Amino acid sequence: MIVPLGHVFLLAGVIFSLGLVCTVAHRNLIMTLVGVEVMMNAAAIAFVAAALRWQLMEGQAFVLFILAVAAVEVSVGLALVVSVYRRTGSLDPDRYDILKW
Amino acid sequence: MTLYGAVFYLLSAIIVVATGMAVTRRQPVHAVLYLIVAFSGTAALFFLLGAPLLAAFVVILYAGAIMVLVLFVIMLFQRSPRELGLLSDWGPAALLGVVFLAVAVAMVFKDPGSGIVLRGAVVQPRDFGHFLFDRYWLAIEIVSILFLVALVAILHLGSPSTHPSPQRGEGKGEGLNYYKEKHP
Repeated sequence: MIVPLGHVFLLAGVIFSLGLVCTVAHRNLIMTLVGVEVMMNAAAIAFVAAALRWQLMEGQAFVLFILAVAAVEVSVGLALVVSVYRRTGSLDPDRYDILKW
Repeated sequence: MTLYGAVFYLLSAIIVVATGMAVTRRQPVHAVLYLIVAFSGTAALFFLLGAPLLAAFVVILYAGAIMVLVLFVIMLFQRSPRELGLLSDWGPAALLGVVFLAVAVAMVFKDPGSGIVLRGAVVQPRDFGHFLFDRYWLAIEIVSILFLVALVAILHLGSPSTHPSPQRGEGKGEGLNYYKEKHP
């Protein structure tokens, strides 16, 4: 009664590919983390749609865990970014070369 | 097309446009503001797909907590023009996204089950909570341990003893130069 299942999966696929491009193409570590968030969001949309399709609540339970993992990932990731910025003074991954001398 | 279908296509247009604007912005602040729009649309989509509790969680966690956290971390850094640009060879990245999208579209349309029209149904938050704590209480506890581990990791990374001050060595103040000069 709402839409075909494939259309929701297409929406999730479009958002996932946008997040993939954002993760790979940006030269800023914060934008990389943001891209990972967008990809997790796409996965959550697909899970909710599948939960509605098969009328099972496991899909929604999984989305809850996706949310928790996304929160942990972004907080630890941002702490790492701040730490590495304090060491190198840059957000560019190309300049993180202090391990080689 | 039913009213729900029209709402779905409107919401998906909002989400895709806002996410597309977000991933192409050079300024991270603009990207985060667009992403708040996208996540609010996602919350409305969850509500439409019968998950009101998850819609509330998306608003609280994604659009509220995570995006505000990213916004505050952005405010900690100085801008440098080089970081605002995309990679010089971003062509392979875009190609990767297009290939992934083409494969996903082909798989979705190849699957005969993808034409099944979703029927509207709602999981009440009370039922969802009972279900979660009946069957998946162990996973909930594991998630809480995960949060604790993340908290310990963040406290360790943020503590001053983890960071040798760059100014201490040569008095230059440039962290990168300090590390390069220390090991000539």
